[in-house]
Amino acid sequence: MISDEQTILEVKDLKIHFKLHEGLLKAVDGVDLSLRKKETLGIVGESGSGKSVTTQSILRIIPQTAHLEGEIILRSEETGKNINLATLPMNGKEIRKIRGGEISMIFQEPMKAFSPVHTIGNQMMETVLLHRTKDKNEAKEIVLQSLREVGMSNPEQRFDEYPHQLSGGMRQRAMIAMALASNPAILIADEPTTALDVTLQAQVLELMNNLKEKTGTSIIFITHDLGVIAEMSDNVAVMYLGQVMEYTDVDTLFHGAKHPYTLALLKSMPSVGAAENKRLEAIEGNVPTPINLPKGCRFFSRCKLAQDGVCNVQDIPLVKIEDGHYVRCVLVDEKNRGGR
Amino acid sequence: MSTGIETNNQPPVTPKSVKKQKEGYEVASQWKLTWWNFKKNKMALVAAVLFIVLIIMAIFCSFWSPHLPNERFKTYKDAPPANVHFSDENGISRPFVYDLQLKVNKETFRRTYVEDKSKKYYLHFFVKGGSYKLLGIIPTKTHFIGLEDSTKPFFIMGTDDLGRDLFTRILYGSRISLSFAFVGIFFTFIFGIILGGISGYFGGVADTIIQRLIDLLLSLPTIPLWMALAAALPSSWSTSQTYFGMVLILSVIGWTGLARVVRGQMLALREEDFTMAARLAGASNSRIIFKHLLPSMTSYMIVNLTITIPTMILGETSLSFLGLGLQAPAISWGVLLEDAQHLESIAFHPWLLWPVAFVIVTVLIFNFLGDGLRDAADPYKS
Amino acid sequence: MLNYIGHRLLQLIPLLIAISIIIFVIIQLPPGNYLTTYIQQLELSGTAVNQSEVLNLQHQYGLDQPVYVQYFIWMKNILFHWDFGNSFQWQEPVTKVIGDRIGLTMLIAIFSLIFTWVIAIPIGIYSAVRQYSIFDYIFTFIGYIGLAVPNFLIALVIVFYVFDHTGLAISGLFAPEYVGQPWSWGKIVSMLERIWVPVVIVGTAGTAGLIRTTRAMLLDELGKQYVITARAKGVAEKKLLFKYPIRLAINPLVSTIGWTLPALISGSAIVEIVLNLPTTGPVLLNALMNQDMYLAGSFLLILSVLTVIGTLISDILLAWIDPRIRFGGMEE
Ligand SMILES: Nc1ncnc2c1ncn2[C@@H]1O[C@H](COP(=O)(O)OP(=O)(O)O)[C@@H](O)[C@H]1O
Ligand SMILES: [Mg+2]
Repeated sequence: MISDEQTILEVKDLKIHFKLHEGLLKAVDGVDLSLRKKETLGIVGESGSGKSVTTQSILRIIPQTAHLEGEIILRSEETGKNINLATLPMNGKEIRKIRGGEISMIFQEPMKAFSPVHTIGNQMMETVLLHRTKDKNEAKEIVLQSLREVGMSNPEQRFDEYPHQLSGGMRQRAMIAMALASNPAILIADEPTTALDVTLQAQVLELMNNLKEKTGTSIIFITHDLGVIAEMSDNVAVMYLGQVMEYTDVDTLFHGAKHPYTLALLKSMPSVGAAENKRLEAIEGNVPTPINLPKGCRFFSRCKLAQDGVCNVQDIPLVKIEDGHYVRCVLVDEKNRGGR
Repeated sequence: MSTGIETNNQPPVTPKSVKKQKEGYEVASQWKLTWWNFKKNKMALVAAVLFIVLIIMAIFCSFWSPHLPNERFKTYKDAPPANVHFSDENGISRPFVYDLQLKVNKETFRRTYVEDKSKKYYLHFFVKGGSYKLLGIIPTKTHFIGLEDSTKPFFIMGTDDLGRDLFTRILYGSRISLSFAFVGIFFTFIFGIILGGISGYFGGVADTIIQRLIDLLLSLPTIPLWMALAAALPSSWSTSQTYFGMVLILSVIGWTGLARVVRGQMLALREEDFTMAARLAGASNSRIIFKHLLPSMTSYMIVNLTITIPTMILGETSLSFLGLGLQAPAISWGVLLEDAQHLESIAFHPWLLWPVAFVIVTVLIFNFLGDGLRDAADPYKS
Repeated sequence: MLNYIGHRLLQLIPLLIAISIIIFVIIQLPPGNYLTTYIQQLELSGTAVNQSEVLNLQHQYGLDQPVYVQYFIWMKNILFHWDFGNSFQWQEPVTKVIGDRIGLTMLIAIFSLIFTWVIAIPIGIYSAVRQYSIFDYIFTFIGYIGLAVPNFLIALVIVFYVFDHTGLAISGLFAPEYVGQPWSWGKIVSMLERIWVPVVIVGTAGTAGLIRTTRAMLLDELGKQYVITARAKGVAEKKLLFKYPIRLAINPLVSTIGWTLPALISGSAIVEIVLNLPTTGPVLLNALMNQDMYLAGSFLLILSVLTVIGTLISDILLAWIDPRIRFGGMEE
């Protein structure tokens, strides 16, 4: 993936391994990503693909037991310097400045993501006091403003309410407000709409798109729903079992995807225009746990095109087939080469 | 309160036979998984071994003990634990003990024993001693360990004020104390399962009444209540009547916890498919309860059983210790501890505290066992 | 909230009535009554028993009335005159016999509770935060033993140990010269010198239990999403720990205080007997053995009422501390 002036975050050959009783769990195994200013990068894949672990490792909030390798380069807006987040001391001062400051995160379940015994205002003030101002009154103003921006009615009242007093949609808005209150350069959203029903989902997505226009924040958007990807992203990384299977811009993803896994995902996606009786094809089988995986393609066990002796011989590299389009599949690779 | 939207993409109904097969497979692997998890817990494994030792000790107590429990050694009252020697003036020898000689301090009149080095008795296995019936049936005189002459002093844990061998009495006591715990658990389970089952399965008025009853029992302070009820047992009762009286007291007070859980499980389970299926197939209520609902709770009940046993042991021990429970001539750990109630007696005869060690180790065994089983059955809920 | 408390208070009335009836039945259970036991003792000692005197005594104690009448008289006197009846053995009103002793029993229970919390909470937090460290293992193991060993057996062993090493008999709450004396500074000091023994013994099981609960609860909270959220905001670890998971783990524990106290009081009965303290335990045992029914019954009744009130306090505390319950559905 090309990195240029506009790139603010670059992940290179990221590996995150957990040592478990059963063996080495390779949650993330050689992931490359890059994020440019004002870009929304979508990460899509079934649950268990390593999306959360990848993004949490950017903020270094994965458990200490995890073994982390690779580089996570952040071009700091404040200093203009490059920082390798992967080598910063865990929970040290430097990384804490970045957490919630330059990079904010919102999570899947807003109910669980807030502490139930502290008010919304209390929890939002915490971020602002850490990253924007030391003045309490000013901080409160920022929080209220932020609540207003996400469309909360009556922010003064919400400020003193507890999470369980808000509705699900309101809670997720509060979560977004909290993440944006510190003016981050990058917002990581880990399945922010998965726990919401369809109407709320649409509202929240629209809100995020609007805010992005306004603030110019770059977004990493995680989901397992391709429909959401279509609405949100500029570029998309398709992940499976800790690896990026295909990386491309969003148009190519829907009209020229090459990887069998991406194609299978697309097939399983209910499209609005499709005839009612068209059967949804879920990908057969479950996502295996990435422990003691055999050599070769990760998708081998579930791939319809898999060829014994071809796909399971050696690990497959992520190959560029066009500008801005990368695929990790021997079959695609060969076809393309043959055509050239 | 829950706002989470549950995704409900269950697969279409599988044919019955397939489902059944799958369940059978899952049950088997569930037990296997439990065993694997259990094996990982070393403390629990040690406890399991000790548990077996304990049971064998109690069942064959008459064989392991060197003497008979009511045999009085008039010349060896309050004798200290035997000093087993493994070497004499000629170096290493087979294990032996010396005879004991009574010495009375002229000023304090305290009685102490000193070893009489002139008389030496060797230890033997499978010696002939007092006659007893093994398991209550087989008449025999063989004891696992002892001296050739069983009237000579060999008291591993000393003797009491009547000159009875404490070790022998502790072994015999384990029989009553442990059996008491098991019988007590049995009744607790009967009460808990029946009342909890009725409460959860039928609901309605029965449920309300039983729940109020549980509230009532939980408001009464356990130990004073034990004491009050035990004090109400007529002193004219025979040992076995008192024994069952106490079992009933402890289980009548102790069933509430189990009943609550059984009720909860019943409520959850009766909503599940297989209860419905069984009911549609025309099975009667009791059949559903005993054939379907109870088996699905086995693992929980085994765990609960293991961790309730200590309560029973402690109940017996403390009541008998206070003189409210079993009385001599019955022999239980609690009865033996009655001798250790006063500072005067344990100050000069500290070996009377030996039953304490047995109680503690036993309780620990069951606690470790219970914890191991619970973690193994449910590894994600430590 | 007020509604909730009122609702709970109303529920208590039938419960308390049921408790009082049960207790009265229990103390009536043994065959005979105090007088028959008393007469038996007199006869054994060879004293002739005057029949009219017996009738007289029976009337005096109300023992000639039907049982339910005795119950109503007892209840009426308690509710309207704070009169729990007379102790047969002590020939004194029950309130007088129990009064001082219940104070000391509660004092021991309160000290035990404080001891338990001061020791257990920090250890529990440490064990959870440093899970699987060497100290975690040590504390866990000690906790096991503390939970498993019944406190009266610990009392026996400690009494012996102290005597064996120092020659001191640590029974009683006061040095001999203060026994039976009115309260004075010297007596208080003498009590404080000795009271730690029962306090520690009564507190061990509770301490072990609380360490375990604190550890488990905190471990549970540490893995929760809101902790990750706070970390992702850049909050420093230590501050985060105290503001969020520790607070959430301890909240429900605070509410247990209500029912822990009565449990400590009832659990300490046997320890008090072993240590021969001038508290309620030994009196209860004695009363039960001699069918001193009003003394035993009153003691049981007071303990039960304490338990009920304690449970109520616990429930209210829990509701008050946790905003989810404070503002949410009470019925759950
Ligand atoms: N703390 C952890 N310890 C061990 N394994 C973990 C841990 N967190 C995640 N994993 C494993 O890493 C893999 C990727 O998880 P995750 O990133 O949460 O997937 P996704 O977000 O794509 O659903 C899964 O197999 C998961 O079991
Ligand atoms: Mg995830």
